[in-house]
Amino acid sequence: MAKIRGAIVVDTVTCKGCSLCVEACPTDVIRLADEVNGKGYNFAYMFNPEACIGCANCAMVCPDSCITVYKMKVEETV
Amino acid sequence: MAIDIKDIIKPENLVYSKSSLLTNRPMHYCPGCSHGVVNKIIAEVIEELGIQEDVIGVAPVGCSVLMYNYIEVDWHEAAHGRAPAVGTGIKRLLPEKYVFTYQGDGDCAAIGTAETIHACNRGENIVMVFINNGIYGMTGGQMAPTTLQGMKASTCPFGRDVQRDGNPLKMTDIVATLPGTCYVTRQAVHTAAAVRKTKKAIIKAFENQKNKKGTSFVEVVSTCNSGWKMTPMESNKWMEANMFPFYPLGDLKNE
Ligand SMILES: Cc1ncc(C[n+]2csc(CCOP(=O)(O)OP(=O)(O)O)c2C)c(N)n1
Ligand code: SF4
Ligand code: SF4
Ligand code: SF4
Ligand SMILES: [Mg+2]
Repeated sequence: MAKIRGAIVVDTVTCKGCSLCVEACPTDVIRLADEVNGKGYNFAYMFNPEACIGCANCAMVCPDSCITVYKMKVEETV
Repeated sequence: MAIDIKDIIKPENLVYSKSSLLTNRPMHYCPGCSHGVVNKIIAEVIEELGIQEDVIGVAPVGCSVLMYNYIEVDWHEAAHGRAPAVGTGIKRLLPEKYVFTYQGDGDCAAIGTAETIHACNRGENIVMVFINNGIYGMTGGQMAPTTLQGMKASTCPFGRDVQRDGNPLKMTDIVATLPGTCYVTRQAVHTAAAVRKTKKAIIKAFENQKNKKGTSFVEVVSTCNSGWKMTPMESNKWMEANMFPFYPLGDLKNE
């Protein structure tokens, strides 16, 4: 069975830790890091990468255009 | 499942990346501010329509005063509230260009009320984007004409009192009644679905200008989390509960 897998790359330097992407993700992939970036913001990262479906909702709502989204079909062998 | 993240993150799997029309300057907006989302949408629309060389933006006074730093098109700065007048002049001199104005509610619906109404009434063939966060964000969160009844601002810390401060103003409803406007809509950017709709609205507005249909007016009901003194997420919830009932989303006019 084919399954969709996605992944995001966050520009952690420009991320302002607003957390709008966390709220927008339908599969709870994103969290804010405990560490901070150079501006002192807790940046977003993939906490639960297996759950990403590459829907790009997170990237759509990001005010600072920090998120790049990738998506591919994966053939599952059971 | 033995699929590595590195196998997914490859150029052939790319589905969304930052618009090439956005510069690499970090935006000065507060974390979570709606301005960043709308700036990005406008960049994407101009890129997708392939009209980068033909667009002239008119930036306002307000938090988006530095917007010309972020989108790689030609720009003109306007004095507070005068963007529709400046846009009128540019469009009349250079009718083959696409002209858009971008204004906050203090700019568009307070100090610039006359310019807004008359540009829309004349039916200037421009796109007007109106960011309504119900407050003067830039200057410290003062009450605006758009501030809701009971809504707190730095100059009405106990909430807007209609007896004392007058009624909140629906600029979008006003311009929808004017014969010069062809398309008047109210959108938001608090969810991915809302962002997609706003993008469609702004595409339509630019297409109307291409077809010389008159003024297209796109309000985006927005948050100012710093001025509202809430987190970005709380601001979105507050906007849904309080702003949307008074400023309902949807098309007011589509001719
Ligand atoms: C002629 C003039 N009057 C007043 C000001 C002060 N001022 C700067 S921005 C602003 C209001 C901005 O509010 P809004 O248009 O809603 O933009 P926001 O920052 O909320 O996006 C005011 C009153 C000014 N710059 N020029
Ligand atoms: S692409 Fe979709 S599923 Fe993946 S992190 Fe973003 S919102 Fe979540
Ligand atoms: S929406 Fe953008 S700026 Fe905000 S936390 Fe997510 S990646 Fe960072
Ligand atoms: S003050 Fe308000 S409108 Fe201005 S950048 Fe901050 S959140 Fe945005
Ligand atoms: Mg405002």
